[in-house]
Amino acid sequence: MRAMIVKEFRELRRDRRTLAMLIAMPLLLLVIFGYAANFEVKTVKAAVVGPQATQFAATLPSSFFDVTVTKPADNQADAERLLQDRTVNVAIVTGAKPVLALVDGSNLFASQSIVSVLNKAGDRVSTRILFNPELKTSWVMIPAIIGLILTFIGTIVTSIGLVRERETGTLEQLAVMPIKPSTVILGKISPYFLVASIDMTIITGLGMLLFGVPFNGNAFVFMLGAALFLFVVLGLGVFISTVSHTAGQAIQTAFMFLLPQILLSGVIFPLDSMAAGVRWIGYLLPLTYFTMISQGVMLRGASLASLWLPFLMLTVMAVVVFSGATLRFRRDLAPGRRRHRGTVALEPATERATGQAGTEARRGS
Amino acid sequence: MSFAVRSAVVRFGDTLALDDVSLQVEPGSVVAVVGGDGAGKTTLLRSLVGQVQLERGQVDAPPPQAIGYMPATAGSWPSLSVAQNMDFVGGIYGLSGDALASRRDELLDRASLLHSVGRLASQLSGGMRRKLGFSMAMLHNPPLLVLDEPSTGIDPVSRVDLWRLVSEAAAAGAAVVMSTTYLDEAERAASLLALDGGRTLAHGTLQQVLDSFDGTVARTPTPHRPAWAWRRGREYHEYWPTTADVPLDAVVVTPDLEDVVITLSLLKRRDKEPAS
Repeated sequence: MRAMIVKEFRELRRDRRTLAMLIAMPLLLLVIFGYAANFEVKTVKAAVVGPQATQFAATLPSSFFDVTVTKPADNQADAERLLQDRTVNVAIVTGAKPVLALVDGSNLFASQSIVSVLNKAGDRVSTRILFNPELKTSWVMIPAIIGLILTFIGTIVTSIGLVRERETGTLEQLAVMPIKPSTVILGKISPYFLVASIDMTIITGLGMLLFGVPFNGNAFVFMLGAALFLFVVLGLGVFISTVSHTAGQAIQTAFMFLLPQILLSGVIFPLDSMAAGVRWIGYLLPLTYFTMISQGVMLRGASLASLWLPFLMLTVMAVVVFSGATLRFRRDLAPGRRRHRGTVALEPATERATGQAGTEARRGS
Repeated sequence: MSFAVRSAVVRFGDTLALDDVSLQVEPGSVVAVVGGDGAGKTTLLRSLVGQVQLERGQVDAPPPQAIGYMPATAGSWPSLSVAQNMDFVGGIYGLSGDALASRRDELLDRASLLHSVGRLASQLSGGMRRKLGFSMAMLHNPPLLVLDEPSTGIDPVSRVDLWRLVSEAAAAGAAVVMSTTYLDEAERAASLLALDGGRTLAHGTLQQVLDSFDGTVARTPTPHRPAWAWRRGREYHEYWPTTADVPLDAVVVTPDLEDVVITLSLLKRRDKEPAS
């Protein structure tokens, strides 16, 4: 018994990654999620339009309504567009009695808070919830869950697939073959890309069929966003595989990437409610931006132009993550290969930059 | 055109994996790299195929298209069938259609795997998997064939089969470099390189290595100095610096490759320590 315990401790001491997960992760989770776990929405962005916009805006409690748009010349259609583009959470149209408050139902917690506050105004305000009239949680969650499933396939499954090559020794075989690292990566991720795309289609279809989630926007915009997001998460999977030697390590590492995506991307807790110290983490996560796209397209029918920010962020992430993963993978695959005149000359790494390698190599031969 | 690794120095952290090691192989010949675990065999072979960066030295090798490599793990994809493994490798090297089919069938036939084309690589025996790995490495008819311990852990019959395949490859003009822990295999090669702890113990043809041996080996039922003796069958062989040092109850023998490699290893490890 004692021998077994000692052996376990010794193994654990050398398994730094597990040790880090056991000690550092709980502390990190407690601190980060303690600040992130907040459903309470303290302020919302508001627009006031119509003839009495300026006067009405002045009557709104500034502790809750952050009035960012006041346009007396605008009408209800303009107000709806502001909500569709998610410029504001609530748009109040003045000019009629009672005034009309249009609420973005795709932002569940914000809209619940808005409705609760507006109800106190009594007959002065008539409230209409757009995009999710019954404030169904499933309508908001399913577009986000699509992203979660794609993240799962992209990071865990892809990283395991590549690590398996390393475990079985076939990565070494690939390394010697006349095949570029980028070709290996693209070849490896293509099936996962296809499977994930099929998964996405099925989940979206089932979400619409079983839960009545609407699809108000352009399918092409949705697919473009999903493809970009898939590139990011597949790149993450490749990156994880380059820092893992076994499938177990890959799963551990992928889990470390996955958990923040679930809790800090705004899928469960609203980003606006998080403490500023952890909110910035959410803005670094690809799922945050995919959720903006999927909820925007499916629920609000948002256009590509209005979703430029999440598209831009996902594009930047795809380039950064994929380039990083390819570079790391290239280092693993061909640490010492350098072609010239049909031969491969392996020369001192430290001397390459100075151009002395060839001289040294010839001297050595 | 010969292929070579010249004066290679490879370091992994604080460990000197190769210390001024050279290897040369001519087309149509087999060079065996022998040595125990950690001798540096795999590092040397990986240097030759571009998978290890040298701290110093030079490698003259053909481009990847002209190298056939079989790693120590045999290099086949376990969840692909024999035929699918061959087809994948063929595709990488630009073979397709009838050319691929005929070359694949020819190699699998020679490796006695033609009846197993539909079996998954994971379902093959160790020997069959090695022969598949060899066939995959040979598929594109490479001028340089590098085999990392192709015969380790397989039965004697499969070893014979593998050696036949290696000999045929060399006879067809390939320059073959193979590592092995079996000294009898090294004896069959055109030349050999014996490594120990990343350093060269001996190199050249079998006769050159045997001729270069300086010292005496004697057969004895009980070792006089256990540190300088090793078991051979039911008896021991023991190293002595000169014939005059051999005790009366020991019989001087003509050293074979095993005796020479073991003695050189002992001498190297004890370096400046007196032999008697």
